[in-house]
Amino acid sequence: MTACQNREMALHALVDGELDSLGCVAIEKHLRGCAGCRAALEQIEATRALLAQTNLQYQAPESLRTAISAMLPAGALSQPAAPKASARSSAPWLGGGLVGALAASLALLLVLPQLTEGGLEQELVGAQVRSLQVNHLTDVVTSDRHVVKPWFNGRIDFSPPVVDLVQQGFPLVGGRLDYIAGHDVAAIVYRRRLHTINLFVRPAPTLASPAPATMRFQSYRLVRWTSGGLEFWAVSDIDETELGQFRDNFIAATNKSSARQ
Amino acid sequence: MSAKRTLPWPRLVFSRTRQDDQSGEAGAHASARFRALVMPHLDAAYSYARFLARDGTVAEDIVQDAFLRAWKGFEMCRGSEKQWLLTIVRNCFYDWMRSNRHISGCTESIDDHMNIPGDDELEGTLLGRLDMETIRETINQLPEPFRETLILRELNDLTYREIATLTQAPVGTVMSRLARARDMLGKLLVNYNQGGAGL
Repeated sequence: MTACQNREMALHALVDGELDSLGCVAIEKHLRGCAGCRAALEQIEATRALLAQTNLQYQAPESLRTAISAMLPAGALSQPAAPKASARSSAPWLGGGLVGALAASLALLLVLPQLTEGGLEQELVGAQVRSLQVNHLTDVVTSDRHVVKPWFNGRIDFSPPVVDLVQQGFPLVGGRLDYIAGHDVAAIVYRRRLHTINLFVRPAPTLASPAPATMRFQSYRLVRWTSGGLEFWAVSDIDETELGQFRDNFIAATNKSSARQ
Repeated sequence: MSAKRTLPWPRLVFSRTRQDDQSGEAGAHASARFRALVMPHLDAAYSYARFLARDGTVAEDIVQDAFLRAWKGFEMCRGSEKQWLLTIVRNCFYDWMRSNRHISGCTESIDDHMNIPGDDELEGTLLGRLDMETIRETINQLPEPFRETLILRELNDLTYREIATLTQAPVGTVMSRLARARDMLGKLLVNYNQGGAGL
């Protein structure tokens, strides 16, 4: 079955959110009476969903990133502590110590918002990106939390809570081991619509602040909280509000399940 | 079609990053601003170049060239940094094409390139789970300008108007290219899923 020829582009514009309300009304009305266009719309949506749930973006090679970074004056992007330290040596380029120091502190402000621990956000985002790109999102693929939780036993020396949040719109996808800041951590994977949320769990470092925090790194959001001696980092490209909802739901569900036990 | 007339102005997709920038005095901290506003789009730039050139090494050259040009002309950037950067990547790609015409295979037409199954050859429209590499390869089989339009829409989430500006084509053309690209891709993937030949 095929779409009516004169409606085809409207169907695409509809799924792309490019139709105005009158256009939407017209096509929706037509869709109710036209099985061919309905089938075509389903096909378009299926193709789009497939593209959206697969991370097709290539990651730029590290060598390219380094080469571009080296081309720019003042400091290396990949080393969070560098801008301040290198400000002195690169100050002449920037036309004076004051400007150099200003630029360095601005770089810290802009590039590394709310840095809590050297490069940790970067590592977490890196792990998130890797998990989507190398087709290694999960070691254990299941939406059953009773499978994910025991799977971690024996693989790591702490026991991360795993809760079911499908009712709240965050279906559980599975879990895997990841490696952050020199240690094995648990990564529990949830989805929000077509977006992936990696929840990294590790024993809270001794000096870690108990205060929850929300931050951005590149186009990702990170939400951090601690509970029961564990530190949680939720990383995703969904917006802060939704990631905050995820945190709240996760904490609520964890409290509920630990109260039951 | 009426969408062209009534479309809103292009959304400022990256307006948030612009707001962050207000804390800095314009111009004086170009490098820091460049790192904060342009560098985050490196992967998008590389992906775009790679889907255009269909070659990793060539994509690296193109992107490095593009970032050099972007840095030199950074003060000319208005609006969305991402769209601006992708435009430069595109120009670099076409420059590369002009100087390497003998190497490139990017000038194929639909007819001589591939065998897209007709509607009646397909038994269903269900797309199963296909892995990343299969989908990337299938996208790479789409001829230009369909491949580019699809990438800009689906990977970079640009609006029709942004794609039209970037590719210097009318919005109507962008729409028909996108429709054609999705149609071809959908059929190729279904065909692939059904174990069909020709891929």
